[in-house]
Amino acid sequence: MSRTFLGMPGIPHGTGDLGGEEPFPRSAARHLADHQMRANLAGATGTIRAKRASVVSELPDWEQLRESGRAVKEATMARLDEHLVELERRVTERGGTVHWARDATEANRIVTDLVRATGAEEVVKVKSMATQEIGLNEALEEAGVTAWETDLAELIVQLGDDRPSHILVPAIHRNRAEIRRIFLETMPGVDPGLTDDPRQLAMAARAYLRQRFLRARVAVSGANFAVAETGTLAVVESEGNGRMCLTLPDTLITVMGIEKTVPTWRDLEVFLQTLPRSSTGERMNPYTSTWTGVTPGDGPREFHLVLLDNGRTAALADPTGRQALHCIRCSACLNVCPVYERTGGHAYGSVYPGPIGAVLSPQLTGVAANPSLPYASTLCGACYEVCPVAIDIPSILVELRNQQVESGRKPSAERAAFGAVAQLMSRPRLWRSAQRLTRLGRLLARGRATLPAALPPPLSRWTRTRDLPAPPRETFTERWARERGDRA
Amino acid sequence: MTVDGRGAGMRVSLFATCVVDTMAPRAAWATARLLERLGQSVTVPAGQTCCGQMHVNSGYRGQAVRVVANHVRAFEGADAVVAPSGSCVASIRHQQAMVARRAGDEGLARAAEELASRTYELSQFLVDVLGVEDVGASYPHRVTYHPACHGARVLGLGDRQLRLLRAVRGLELVELPGADQCCGFGGTFALKNADTSAAMLSDKLASIVSTRAEVCTAGDASCLMHIGGGLSRLRAATGTVHLAEILAATDDAKEAAT
Repeated sequence: MSRTFLGMPGIPHGTGDLGGEEPFPRSAARHLADHQMRANLAGATGTIRAKRASVVSELPDWEQLRESGRAVKEATMARLDEHLVELERRVTERGGTVHWARDATEANRIVTDLVRATGAEEVVKVKSMATQEIGLNEALEEAGVTAWETDLAELIVQLGDDRPSHILVPAIHRNRAEIRRIFLETMPGVDPGLTDDPRQLAMAARAYLRQRFLRARVAVSGANFAVAETGTLAVVESEGNGRMCLTLPDTLITVMGIEKTVPTWRDLEVFLQTLPRSSTGERMNPYTSTWTGVTPGDGPREFHLVLLDNGRTAALADPTGRQALHCIRCSACLNVCPVYERTGGHAYGSVYPGPIGAVLSPQLTGVAANPSLPYASTLCGACYEVCPVAIDIPSILVELRNQQVESGRKPSAERAAFGAVAQLMSRPRLWRSAQRLTRLGRLLARGRATLPAALPPPLSRWTRTRDLPAPPRETFTERWARERGDRA
Repeated sequence: MTVDGRGAGMRVSLFATCVVDTMAPRAAWATARLLERLGQSVTVPAGQTCCGQMHVNSGYRGQAVRVVANHVRAFEGADAVVAPSGSCVASIRHQQAMVARRAGDEGLARAAEELASRTYELSQFLVDVLGVEDVGASYPHRVTYHPACHGARVLGLGDRQLRLLRAVRGLELVELPGADQCCGFGGTFALKNADTSAAMLSDKLASIVSTRAEVCTAGDASCLMHIGGGLSRLRAATGTVHLAEILAATDDAKEAAT
């Protein structure tokens, strides 16, 4: 893509489960009060952070791998249209059927129709962010089809009538005791003597899921990668539930964001090294499944690939923001984010939480539909540091904030204040006068080192929990000019 | 670059930064004293105000252009610019030219790039340009150190500030648990997301208090104002002191500890 069509009319934004009703600061405040969730999350992210750091540090060429991943993604996005057409051609040649979905509604309709055509009343699912994004389970339910999640964490969320709070570990906000309670309350035929021993919990889920694998006729999956040159899809997982879903049923339907395409098998090499180390902190994930179309006598007899846009083309049009489409959904940025660690994933209101969610969600929906997420960061940069494809998340956040300001949707008082301060800061003499005015704060301090806590908003948002020092008697530049008379 | 103090006509222009100039002038005085003690000739260009970071990071990139233009004008012709802030230098090096370029001002972008290449955060200037780690400071206190995020991650300061602290006589350095965690300041984040900011700060404060240090130091006055505001609200025994003040302190001229 050599030209940029910024703000080009007619590129539709995404729909689906990509944003909450409540602005981030308000939902964050609510979730911050959940001390159990914060303790669970601090423990889990701390553990996974340490594991990742250890397996990343043992690779001497990590930085080169990271740069290769970034470069492959950038080059792929630049010619995504061609790669997608190639992918469609190869999948079709090998007996698969490709469907194009503009948004969540269209994708849900395509999948629902395909399931209905098989006559099945239930499907088994491989963990998939794309189907979470479009709200497929709910759409299937409306059509009378039950979707069974088979990933352990996804199952915990489904049984608990909960929402996922993490890209890789959707039930990261739950601890063992809570999971035991959910299983005891919702899992049919569960042993009433179930303890919170991880092995016991896993075995209970295994027995429960096994029945569903064996009777399922239709499976729905996402995909980590699609190799355009051969039309091959790839799913990377830890539990083996994916392998069951991808091989046992007669019909396999894969819903995949268009950005998951890579041109060649060689490109996969990089990501199969960086993804497991960044996500689960493993050198290699236990199961990597790849499949190409259909093979008579082996695996599903029918294969459908639903290519989902849902705002991705719009994101691709933004020269800074398009990097967010490089994401390989490893979650390393969530695990190191100090904001995510404290608010949890639900505060973000989107299926994509954390730093990557704060840039991806507003780009898929358009910033207008997700105005508070770009501000849900201190710009500390921990996310960029760990990203295995070097997505410069802080720069995208700043870019999205700028788009929000330029759209004219910021409160006029804020706009006026920033405008006035910029005027002062570009006129040194006026700026010195303004600095002198801050000294009025000394009157409020009445000789104390700090200002009183009861200040009007927006300062009260600071002084509610932190002291504000009284301004000094004289600024540095003022006293320097007086004492040293220096004029550069 | 050769640095030979006054004799060689090398002049260091001090960029105090808007936060230090207005709210923490002692850090700027300390920077000036320290540089002069190391034989540099220090000037303070009168036209300086701000690097523009607050505007850029709040989304007001368009408004930031004039602030960037003022900064470039104020420091025109400087041999080297030194600032007691990792965050402001990170903005000068990684944002100013972009701001100008996005506004279509290629001339300003080039000038900003050129100035950025001669702009240093204090520890960068001391370690990389002057080649000193022992600056002859004396500071007999128990100190813990918070590596502020922009200096650490955007500028890549590494252990420069720590190396400088380790060489200070009498200073007992205590490691800060979870040092690489952000304190929750984040500029307007502290106001826009006050509850999350406070949650991050309270964890940082607990770590600092656990060190039983007399002083928490860092290379950025803004983060220190945040941390210090929290410590003061807790009536904690630990205070905050800018890195420059510690490095400027000597036996002859005892600087106030807090």
